[in-house]
Amino acid sequence: MSTPVAGVVPLAGLLLRQTLAEIRIRRRIPAFSAVNLALPVVFYAFFGLPVAQRTFADGRSVGAHVLASFGAYAVGSVMVYAFGIGVANERAMRIDLLLRATPLPPAVHLLAKIITALVYSCISLALLIGFGVLVGGVHQPVGVWLSVALRLLAGSLPFIGLGFLIGYRYGPNAAPAVANLIYLPMSFASGLFMPLDQLPGFVRAVAPWLPSYHYAQLAWNALGAPTERLAVSVLWLAGYAVLFLGLALRTYRREEDRKFG
Amino acid sequence: MATVVELIAARKRFGNVEAVRGVDLAIAAGEVVALLGPNGAGKTTSISLMLGLRQPTSGEARLFGLSPSDRRARSRCGVMLQESGVTAVLRVAEIVDLFRSYYPAPLPTERVLALSGLTDKAASFTGRLSGGERQRLYFALAICGDPEALFLDEPSVGMDVTARRGMVETIRAFAAAGKTIVLTTHYLDEADQLARRIVVIDHGVVIADASPPQIKARVASKRVSFSTTPPLTDDVLRTLPARLLERDGARVRLLSGEPERLLHLLFERGVPVHELEVVGADLEEAFISLTSGQEARP
Repeated sequence: MSTPVAGVVPLAGLLLRQTLAEIRIRRRIPAFSAVNLALPVVFYAFFGLPVAQRTFADGRSVGAHVLASFGAYAVGSVMVYAFGIGVANERAMRIDLLLRATPLPPAVHLLAKIITALVYSCISLALLIGFGVLVGGVHQPVGVWLSVALRLLAGSLPFIGLGFLIGYRYGPNAAPAVANLIYLPMSFASGLFMPLDQLPGFVRAVAPWLPSYHYAQLAWNALGAPTERLAVSVLWLAGYAVLFLGLALRTYRREEDRKFG
Repeated sequence: MATVVELIAARKRFGNVEAVRGVDLAIAAGEVVALLGPNGAGKTTSISLMLGLRQPTSGEARLFGLSPSDRRARSRCGVMLQESGVTAVLRVAEIVDLFRSYYPAPLPTERVLALSGLTDKAASFTGRLSGGERQRLYFALAICGDPEALFLDEPSVGMDVTARRGMVETIRAFAAAGKTIVLTTHYLDEADQLARRIVVIDHGVVIADASPPQIKARVASKRVSFSTTPPLTDDVLRTLPARLLERDGARVRLLSGEPERLLHLLFERGVPVHELEVVGADLEEAFISLTSGQEARP
């Protein structure tokens, strides 16, 4: 990762150990697994299974489309809840204070958290798609599923930003409520739970302004949906990533000044 | 001897409050130094400056000749802080192992657990520890990297007598091994047992910096204890050249710079004095009179 410095632990080794510890910590928080690994599968069982074998007029599988929607919901959820609630809790417990006095660089700590969230996103996608294939009988070439997964992982940056923003703005009591109040209605209004044409007119008008709408387009696009060009989705997501990460960074800096200034 | 910690004309302002008002302090390798002072005196802020957890408003802090936030400097330090936390869902041995991985030449986990009295708690989740056990865990995390310099901010708060004694022994062993130790404490006997140098900080400045016997010698005060019935009233006390340390029924313990005049006044007023004891002030009393700012200020 960088040139070795005498008398310190190499950064790559630090990152590996810290990531393994973060994965273990997340594994031991049942609420986190329930919300981010089990809930998307449960939602798919309710909303996806009944229509799993239907096809759109152009021949695309409705079952795969809904699976992609809940895939977007699942990865976004890992990011918003892991960072939103996780960071709010760690701040309240003042975990950062002692870590700051150790040789662990804050950037390595942050990177370990992001890798951990990506690992959980992969697990969540594997469970969800596995459920859709085995229980729902939804079939797509493996390459298509991989493309859906890769696009969702790569496009998750705005949700990492949103999670950090919530985690640094709110305390541990408010953060879960705020995360739910923002993330659930936003997912619903983006057509992740039900197709947009079944939702009221004002929701259809709002949807194209929401990050999760363009995020799901990444996955729908991989299944051949004609609704939005890839470049347009990417631009919207990049814009939201800049906005959320910028606001999160401002809040973070203010707190850094107060705690370590 | 090489200088481990250095504060050079360090000042730290928080809004309207200047917590540290120009501290010059150099601590050499192998020194065991206690920072003493009342709450809010600037001890914790001084330690934070030494460790780069706070940036000085003016002046400078150096750790092993480097910027205190330099990873090379931090890799040689172990730190125990007040009011810091660790995740609740790792087991004691797991978090000790994790912290060990931050340091280039850590102590073996079993040895860290033994030194901090946590061998029996190795498999417990950190969230389930009692207050005293938590404090021992923070001590374990401070020593696990086999640091050359150990910074302990109020290390024995919340520990019971046995645990405190154990920690004092471990700190002594570290000191005997040539480590540099900087600690703050409210337990003055702890400072007296451990430190070879005491730095008294009050209102953000160093008001004394000497060995424990020298600190005690700088205070002319004597401790005057006696029993009297009826108990001494506040009205009488206020007229005496003494500070009240303790009153327990008939027994009073006073600190006075003029013990002869004090006794003369008591006899003159016909106050019955039994079981009289006049002894040199111990460190705690020296500390009270140093920070109260009158008789002992040189």
